[in-house]
Amino acid sequence: MSEVQTNDHDDGGGKNKQKKQTLRVDFTPMVDMNMLLITFFMFCTTLLKPQTMNINMPTKDKPKEEEGTQVADSRAVTLLLGADNELYYYEGKIQEASYENPEFLKSSTYGAEGIRELLLKKNEGTYEKIQELKLQLQHAQIADSTFRQKVKEIQEEANKPVGGIAPTIMIKPTDQSTYKNMVDALDEMLVCNIGAYAIMDLSLGDRHLLYKKTDNEAYLTEGQLKEMKGSSGK
Amino acid sequence: MAKVKVKKQSTFIDMTAMSDVTVLLLTFFMLTSTFVKSEPIQVTTPSSVSEIKVPESNVMTILVDQNGKIFMSLDNQNEMKTTLRTLGEDYGIAFSEKQLTAFQRLKSFGVPIRSMAAFLDMSTEQQEKYMKDIDSKRVGIPTDSVEVSDAKGLISSDNEFKRWVSHITRTRDENRKLNSELPEIQIAIKADKTTNYPVVKKVIDDLRDMRKNRYLLITNLRTASSE
Repeated sequence: MSEVQTNDHDDGGGKNKQKKQTLRVDFTPMVDMNMLLITFFMFCTTLLKPQTMNINMPTKDKPKEEEGTQVADSRAVTLLLGADNELYYYEGKIQEASYENPEFLKSSTYGAEGIRELLLKKNEGTYEKIQELKLQLQHAQIADSTFRQKVKEIQEEANKPVGGIAPTIMIKPTDQSTYKNMVDALDEMLVCNIGAYAIMDLSLGDRHLLYKKTDNEAYLTEGQLKEMKGSSGK
Repeated sequence: MAKVKVKKQSTFIDMTAMSDVTVLLLTFFMLTSTFVKSEPIQVTTPSSVSEIKVPESNVMTILVDQNGKIFMSLDNQNEMKTTLRTLGEDYGIAFSEKQLTAFQRLKSFGVPIRSMAAFLDMSTEQQEKYMKDIDSKRVGIPTDSVEVSDAKGLISSDNEFKRWVSHITRTRDENRKLNSELPEIQIAIKADKTTNYPVVKKVIDDLRDMRKNRYLLITNLRTASSE
């Protein structure tokens, strides 16, 4: 295999001629070894570093929720993550009157055709501004830190309790939903540049409405089930 | 006239260029990739468009599998050791130096504290075999609240998972007193995408009980195929 090739024809003549030596090293074993190493690295390593999504949950110590969570009805959107990757939403606040009205709850899907359309429409004005900033960031016209600060400013402006335009999204996963559903919902917030969103527990009204919409008793709490059976027995 | 000489053709191919290419490729792979961490359970994370990278250090990772089994990992080995020692003291278990060193070497851990000593005495192969029995109660950090009286006779209803988290943060706080440049430890949650929400909610609720309200949810980058 490997050989150091020198000039072949050495006829051993008496002439003391300086021969032109071509020194060629055979690289084949080197290539073999490198290939092996590459294969090893390809199999034993990952190129993709996992991403993360930052999420802040509200603290548990403050029970007085009235403060700060007062959102104008027109800006509130509640997403209910149901079983089997189903997604429901309603706009505004849930009223006693709408408990029995399954039409109040609209069904949608995850992804571009479903909920994103609604969210983008709701977040009009803010979305474009941030998108423009993102473009500038991509073309390296602004620094990363200025980008973040500007986004923060825009979102703060849009989320003002009075006079703000951005929607406030409440994400309420049911016990039947999966972790993926939750991440997908949070993902939509990122895609649509929504600044104000929170993960919350289902209220009794939400559960009742979900039951009315889908006829699935699993959405109800035990107490609700008992109550319902009690009233139907009368 | 000159004789037409049939030249002896050598089949020698110059591999230098090829070698150059492979070395380049090799360098690329070595610099850009990270080694696959072996984890006791296979977790497929959901995908997201978020582009924030997982920090390399100062994170405790909470691994949640489909059935709600919890495993944890810590990047700082010295802190792992201290944490286990103080947690052992809390439960009235004294770990030997050998066991502490064995614990340090673990990439991730998820054994009830009562079984920990026995687990650490095992060889690596035995440990792997032990972890394979995923449905067993002896695998995974328990999250159910049991009323326990600790060494000082105080009764608390904290579950083991909470204790782990509080001890890990306490260890870090102690270290931060010595070295003020050390950042606070972050909590990363790595859960399988098919995990039911109540399982994740339980973990998050436990963390919220301890006033830990910021998490990193580990996801992988959304590509066109995964949409």
